[in-house]
Amino acid sequence: MAEPILEIRQLNKSFGPVHVLHDIDLAVYPGEVTALVGDNGAGKSTLVKCIAGINSIDSGTVLFEGKPVTLHDPRVAAALGIEFVYQDLALADNLDITQNMFLGREIRRRGFLSDGQMERKARETLTSLSVRTVSSVRQAVASLSGGQRQTVAIAKAVLWNSKVVFLDEPTAALGVAQTRQVLDLVRRLADQGLGVVLISHNMNDVMEVADRVAALFLGRIAAVVNTKESSTTQIVELITAGRSGDIGLAPATANESI
Amino acid sequence: MSTSQTSDAEAGGRPSTPGRPAGDFSLDVERRTVPIAIRSYFDRLRSGDPGALPAVLGLVVLAAIFSQVSDRFLSSNNIGNLPGQGAYIAIIAMGLVFVLLLGEIDLAAGTTGGICAGFAAQGIFSNGLHHGISGLLFWTLMVCMAAAVVLGFYLKSISGPILVIVGLVIALTGQDKHVLLALVFAVAIGAAVGIFVGWLVAAVGIPSFIVTLALFLAFQGVLLFALKSQPIGVNNYNLWYGLAHDNMSPAWSWVFSITVVVGYFVYTAVKSLRAQAAGLAADTMQLVVARAVVLAVAAIAITFFANQNRNTNAFKTIEGLPWAAAIPIALMILATITLNKTPWGRHLYATGGNEEAARRAGIDVRHIKVTAFTVNSSFAALGGVFLASSTGGAQLDLGAGNILLFAVAAAVIGGTSLFGGRGKPRDAILGALVIVMIPNGIGLKPNLGVQHQEVITGVVLLVAASVDAISRRRALGR
Repeated sequence: MAEPILEIRQLNKSFGPVHVLHDIDLAVYPGEVTALVGDNGAGKSTLVKCIAGINSIDSGTVLFEGKPVTLHDPRVAAALGIEFVYQDLALADNLDITQNMFLGREIRRRGFLSDGQMERKARETLTSLSVRTVSSVRQAVASLSGGQRQTVAIAKAVLWNSKVVFLDEPTAALGVAQTRQVLDLVRRLADQGLGVVLISHNMNDVMEVADRVAALFLGRIAAVVNTKESSTTQIVELITAGRSGDIGLAPATANESI
Repeated sequence: MSTSQTSDAEAGGRPSTPGRPAGDFSLDVERRTVPIAIRSYFDRLRSGDPGALPAVLGLVVLAAIFSQVSDRFLSSNNIGNLPGQGAYIAIIAMGLVFVLLLGEIDLAAGTTGGICAGFAAQGIFSNGLHHGISGLLFWTLMVCMAAAVVLGFYLKSISGPILVIVGLVIALTGQDKHVLLALVFAVAIGAAVGIFVGWLVAAVGIPSFIVTLALFLAFQGVLLFALKSQPIGVNNYNLWYGLAHDNMSPAWSWVFSITVVVGYFVYTAVKSLRAQAAGLAADTMQLVVARAVVLAVAAIAITFFANQNRNTNAFKTIEGLPWAAAIPIALMILATITLNKTPWGRHLYATGGNEEAARRAGIDVRHIKVTAFTVNSSFAALGGVFLASSTGGAQLDLGAGNILLFAVAAAVIGGTSLFGGRGKPRDAILGALVIVMIPNGIGLKPNLGVQHQEVITGVVLLVAASVDAISRRRALGR
């Protein structure tokens, strides 16, 4: 198997007396969708925020392309090519698609915005992702549907030749057809060679697009399983009980955490 | 792909020409011709973006009413007076647009203008500000400005602190006895106030409503200190008096109008040619020319009428574009370019639209807020200067009372949202025209008391806000 592009080793994080993440080990491989699943409060969001640099980590290392990195600021992660697409709050409604995709990284010419160039690149990116649901990159984001918004947010994340993309519940608020579009898009990202981390509650989505599933149980990685070799039942057990048959946390650990 | 059929339905009711798949960005490769531009304008109206329409309709309706009230209303003499009477509202409102875009407010914009003009007037009157006011007050002001410079640089602002430094140098060297430099000093005080307000709002985290409410109250006292409780007239200072009362010579009026029209035409034409060459959505040359012709006709008509002698008194000719019209228009062009064509402007809109998204996109939201407040207060200072010019001097209540509220009303009537994210500098000019027309029109009919003025202003504001809200609601309801 290829080298992981992003690897987390023995990551610990506490908020005061509450130990939220215990010795997390997680590897993200290029060209694969890694699903990160877990019940509410299992620590999914905290883990993502630690990697993004929004939360600091107490101990542990993060390796990017084999080299240890310190992520203390969202901009550091962005500079490395790690992008995060959050469930909401990602787009400014009053701007159009191009403006949102380039927000904070506008192309300039002599200090002024180069709108034409940005428009062209936005269109190229959407085309390369085979996005067919957007009829104009000049459309205001306010007029877009939930699926289109999520598409734009994801396209924004891959615009910059990013290498790893974290998607936080990308299908949570979407209808059937829109979920379909977004899942197709997620798959295409991986097919283009990116490392994709899909955070989701929805087992159908996970089983469909993910190559591997990492189940978090009360702040610990219960197990990382290959989607092809496991079943929904097994993953649900890992999420709810921390173990399933022979895999998962040792019974003592699983019970102690509760 | 099985999902492409859903795309048209999902595009939010956008007209996607049948037969062309949406995935080809069908709306983007169009050459926009005149009919398409007109159609898309009406589409925009229907989709709940009335733009400047309420303000323009308001202007037409008010003009129609007042022309019935008094036949002097549409006389060139009276129309020529409007810019001088309303420039201060337009300028303060234009500054406010910058903070309203962020969803913030500056209740102190009027009184900020008051103290800035007050200090400048005192500086000229007493041959240098340090002769005019007590040493304690003078050095407090200097220290505050110096602190604003430090704070401004610390908050990664550049132009604001530099402007304040210029003001400091002018005051410390006593050069504020010259009218022009005193006015620069006034704007510099405004910039310093803006840096403080921005810092208190963005870094300390006090709501802008409270910060500026406090300053609104405090500055009324500061103005009394600055003027030593004696009003100072500015009618003798030609430059200052002329801001609201003088006109450009007819020749320069033509130069100004032609520059604006040609500049607009060249800019849109180059943009269209570039976009066409790059294969992007572009306006056809026909549309570019059509727009420029409309603007040119308007500019030529206005300049032509402005260049006729409009004085009813035979002893003196009054002709040319008023400075009070040319300066706000020039500022509007500058502000529009800044907001639409610079990354800073784009970030300002983004922060107003969704602060969290802006922050996550790596935008320094604090910097944006501080600089927006700096721009706002600098405009307010200039507005105060125009106010003093049109009222004849720095009175003891300069900038207090309804002035800030009129400026906010002007921005809102023009179409700027109080919730942030939507607004244009143009709104301030159109709104100010509406606002100033009311007292002007009522003043022409002596038996209509001033009480009508306030009522009508309030009703106009309410109607403008309602048109905006209703069109938005209808758009959402579809």
